[in-house]
Amino acid sequence: MGMTMTQKILAAHAGLESVVAGQLIEADLDLVLGNDITSPVAIKEMEKMDLNSVFDKDKIALVPDHFAPNKDIKSAEHCKCVREFAIKNNITNYFEVGRMGIEHALLPEQGLTVAGDVIIGADSHTCTYGALGAFSTGVGSTDMAAGMATGKAWFKVPSAIKFNIVGKPSKYVSGKDLILHIIGMIGVDGALYKSMEFVGEGIKNLTMDDRFTVANMAIEAGAKNGIFPVDDLAIAYMKEHSKRDFKIYEADADAEYDEEYTIDLSTLRPTIAFPHLPENTKTIDEIKEQIKIDQVVIGSCTNGRIDDLRTAAEIIKGRQVADKMRLIVLPATQSIYLQAMEEGLIRTFIEAGGVVSTPTCGPCLGGYMGVLAKGERCVSTTNRNFVGRMGDVTSEIYLASPAVAAESAIKGYIASPV
Amino acid sequence: MKACGKVFKYGDNVDTDVIIPARYLNSSDPAELATHCMEDIDKDFVKNVKKGDIIVATKNFGCGSSREHAPISIKASGVSCVIAETFARIFYRNSINIGLPIMECKEASVAINNGDEVEVDFDNGVIYDKTTGESFKGQPFPEFMQKIINAEGLLNKIKNS
Repeated sequence: MGMTMTQKILAAHAGLESVVAGQLIEADLDLVLGNDITSPVAIKEMEKMDLNSVFDKDKIALVPDHFAPNKDIKSAEHCKCVREFAIKNNITNYFEVGRMGIEHALLPEQGLTVAGDVIIGADSHTCTYGALGAFSTGVGSTDMAAGMATGKAWFKVPSAIKFNIVGKPSKYVSGKDLILHIIGMIGVDGALYKSMEFVGEGIKNLTMDDRFTVANMAIEAGAKNGIFPVDDLAIAYMKEHSKRDFKIYEADADAEYDEEYTIDLSTLRPTIAFPHLPENTKTIDEIKEQIKIDQVVIGSCTNGRIDDLRTAAEIIKGRQVADKMRLIVLPATQSIYLQAMEEGLIRTFIEAGGVVSTPTCGPCLGGYMGVLAKGERCVSTTNRNFVGRMGDVTSEIYLASPAVAAESAIKGYIASPV
Repeated sequence: MKACGKVFKYGDNVDTDVIIPARYLNSSDPAELATHCMEDIDKDFVKNVKKGDIIVATKNFGCGSSREHAPISIKASGVSCVIAETFARIFYRNSINIGLPIMECKEASVAINNGDEVEVDFDNGVIYDKTTGESFKGQPFPEFMQKIINAEGLLNKIKNS
């Protein structure tokens, strides 16, 4: 029986000829990632267990990005704990404030994630790197600690769902609309424990930033990972950003899938996830009432990349943010920030009455830089709209693309440019 | 090994943001995290939970973030077992890795009511609802995972091997 793309990568890293779904394996890791929320727990566990060294100082990435720049004294202690661990263990890829960015935008940009890798990260959106043809998945702090100490992790080999992508999306329809459409279709546990493998001729019509967004939200369907085939665009991206060798794996022709779906990008419409689950999706055309909002957030590991900012700025340029509306824009990394500055995007946001923040995960998880009050509504390009995710338990989050978020910021209610 | 206690019952998709809201993630102290456990779904949980009590939920328990603070806060609040029809995969791993007993059982997750007294026998996977007299067979762990649980967590297993 043939293997899926994910299974082939896992087999190779477990030193096995082949694997089957359900098999428990131990795999070698190419990268272990942690942030300022999850790393301190891992570091303390390692200390408690007298695990005093790391398996490879070059294969660990530590990115204080959630509550950094430090939001309060306790967060400052967490960041300090990560910094001191990085110094003590001579960690090559520790990213200090000023050089850091949101981890899942930063790592591919820094060339630390390439096709064929097995990557674990103590952050659920670690699945992002599937956009480059890597197996990457989110784990907890204990797995991170074990990974840092041994360079290995245990996995149950996943089965897979195949998504055959065809067609070309219309203007202002993006990767975010595709993944929200899929989550709306299969549900927040629709891919539980499984891989989401994206294939098909339509993939060439998705930019790398679109693919990062799609793979990033695989976890919101419960998936273990989301993965794309490695095409010329992905190869060009890796050559531009990384010095590392990459390895291209392809699913066998006779690989088995639990389910298969075909999605025609040309039929997709701007899609919005209503409170309080990412599966509560409606297309813009299905929204009949005017839903007034208080805040718009454009950023995060899902949609804080340059394509996202360009799209938002194109819509916002020369217009004004609605009265009593807060627009908060967070470029995901320093280099995206600089690029946005050079292209005049930052000026566009500020002139429109928006605020532009340093890279941080802050508002996405209700940390800081845009926490919601009782009953407030936010259109956000982030990834979760759970109860209380961005603030008070009575606040509401509407997940959307940068295009919908930008138009909504101008109108003051949920709106789309198309 | 057995667990025995009163049930706190919840529905589908109990996410890690309601188990331990991110506003408390500036701490990693289990005792402190336990004082906010389940706060955004059940304000009274912390007041009412007693050592040994059991959480029962339906589908996709623990979905969302990878924060190990979620199972840590549940364990530190005294909960002896979480039973659900399914668990989100990172929560599932984290629970095994930190030694929080969990069990998948669709029938039990539906039939058991809030407030029931329930006993769980981890050796044979039997879940017994003392209040209704019904019993259910849970999904036993594969041997590999049982070894992690028996070692009281992944890091202990690594240290001892």
